[in-house]
Amino acid sequence: MKAGKMKTLATLAVCIVLAGLVFAPGAFAKDTYKIGGIFSVTGGASFLGAPEKMSMQMVVDQINAAGGIDGHMLEAVIYDTKGDPTEAVNFANKLINKDRVLAIVGPSTTPTTMAVIPLCVRARLPLISCAAGNGIVNPIQPYVFKTAQSDIQAVATIYAYMKEQGMKKIAILCVDNGFGASGAVQLREQAAKFGLEVVSDESYGGKDTDMTAQLTKARKAAPDALVCWGTNPGPAVVAKNAQQLKLDFPLFMSHGVASPKFIDIAGDACEGIMLPTGAVLIADTLAADYHQKAALDKYISDYKNAYNAGVSGFGGYAYDAMKILEIALKGTNGDKAKIRDNIEAIQGYIGVTGTFNFSPTEHNGLGADSFLMVEIADGTWKVMK
Amino acid sequence: MMQELLQYLFGGITNGAIYAVIALGFSTLYSATDLINFAQGEFVMLGALLLVTLWLNLGLPLPLAFVLVVLAVGLAGIIFERLAIRTVSKPDPIVLVIITVGASIFLRGLGMVGWGRDPLAIPSFFKLDSIEIAGAYLLPQSLFIVITVTILVAALTFFYKKTLTGKAMSACAINKKAASLLGIGTERMTLMAFALATGLGAVAGVMIAPITMATYDMGSMLGLKGFCAAMLGGLGSLWGALIGGLLLGIAEALGVGFVSSGLKDAIAFLLLLLILYIRPTGILGAKSSHRF
Repeated sequence: MKAGKMKTLATLAVCIVLAGLVFAPGAFAKDTYKIGGIFSVTGGASFLGAPEKMSMQMVVDQINAAGGIDGHMLEAVIYDTKGDPTEAVNFANKLINKDRVLAIVGPSTTPTTMAVIPLCVRARLPLISCAAGNGIVNPIQPYVFKTAQSDIQAVATIYAYMKEQGMKKIAILCVDNGFGASGAVQLREQAAKFGLEVVSDESYGGKDTDMTAQLTKARKAAPDALVCWGTNPGPAVVAKNAQQLKLDFPLFMSHGVASPKFIDIAGDACEGIMLPTGAVLIADTLAADYHQKAALDKYISDYKNAYNAGVSGFGGYAYDAMKILEIALKGTNGDKAKIRDNIEAIQGYIGVTGTFNFSPTEHNGLGADSFLMVEIADGTWKVMK
Repeated sequence: MMQELLQYLFGGITNGAIYAVIALGFSTLYSATDLINFAQGEFVMLGALLLVTLWLNLGLPLPLAFVLVVLAVGLAGIIFERLAIRTVSKPDPIVLVIITVGASIFLRGLGMVGWGRDPLAIPSFFKLDSIEIAGAYLLPQSLFIVITVTILVAALTFFYKKTLTGKAMSACAINKKAASLLGIGTERMTLMAFALATGLGAVAGVMIAPITMATYDMGSMLGLKGFCAAMLGGLGSLWGALIGGLLLGIAEALGVGFVSSGLKDAIAFLLLLLILYIRPTGILGAKSSHRF
């Protein structure tokens, strides 16, 4: 009799524990919002993807620590494309069909982004790219956004400075991938508007080790300045070759090399090079009343606390994308169409890249404040007036 | 006009010397084993990255670091041969080639884990300004590569043609079984050839690192260009490697200068096709096709 009672009690206890295990999470927490991330964490574009991945993860952790969004915890599902568009497509398919995410942040580069856009459009899945190419949001696709500055704004910033300096003839040298091609189009198209003439138009391969031939050809055209459009390590080779050839005209670079790594690998060859950059890189030199100062300081100190590392503008793209998504996810209950509508309605959001004003005809949303001209002097960035 | 032409030539020589020194590694192994090692570019990468560690991080004197890098990579080549090549039960050429491709992927991964993903800068060995010749500029480092690769070719030619070990290695490539019957330790020769070829890869990596920078994924492109240079000059021919490399580099530079920078690679490969069409064994490779 007594043994039987004990047995009943034990069975009951087990049942209660099991029930607790099964039902408790359901009773107290809502289902998790899964957010996809596709970045070039390794490979040639790792300087983009690695900080982007860490920035995205950091925001997700912060949101979860603060109790999630409307009670939903977030989960970041992040994949590494190694900079390969084919991998990007595979991972986008996986995120859409297997992980069933609510939105994707990334990819890091223009070629990988262009490759996944058709998939996201078909799946009606919001995509916030961290890549620079203007082709991502032009023509506008309802579900495709981006937080990185476009080469439109970068070229305009450089050209405005050149016009101010009274330059007339320029040579351009662009890397032969999506980033370079997109930059080249802008460099050619906007030149006339700023009274500039492109007198030499050359390209180079992303892994080329000597660009003296291109620079020699450019020199023959006697330009007032040369603009090189590429990402590491090509521009560092160009800088070294320019030093080797003792070119007598100034060198401009794209925002694609606006990271301390460029100064590191180009060494003293990068002295005097001018380029446009987001405010992240020069945050400590900005005045306290600069409108982005608070956002920048928070990002920089949070990142330092989380990873004990310095920030780059690239990580900022993913940071802004995730912050925008945080705003857009509120009150949607995981409805992807509502998330999309919310992103498009965001106005005056001050991020680390610039101030975002989205609209049905503007899916980048950044204004003129997203770029500042800097010069490399004594191994660091100097803001130019 | 002259000044530009000269500058294109110098640019071409800089690249060409890089291709040549890598091609030399391909040809050395091929002339001893009849094998093409598609991981050759990765041994070049290992050489460049090890130099960063020994010279820049540990602060060893450059000549000592140079020697240690070459020995270490040569040792890696020996390990590669013992573990991956010799253990193959049916050593068909195609199987071995696939193994080397696999090794290249493995080594690239190793490079990424060991040295990170960012390009690493290496200062020039010479604290000299670029040399000016008739208004065109040449890097001292490029000159150093051209001179070193010429010396290496001469030394290797002497080794293969005049020394007993060298002749024994050539014999192994021509007919392994016959060489074995003559009392040549064919396995030892293969091992030596691997050590020699990968060591040469390390020499290439060390010399080119100041120009190209060192990255874990630098090997694939350099390996491909080096292979093209070796084919162009005649696979297995040492002087051919030098000529093929310089020709490829100069063709690329002139292509940029006089046609279009966008068509640079197309022009270089067109040249390769043309030469291989006219002379299928490469410029200096005629003899090797008449092997048994």
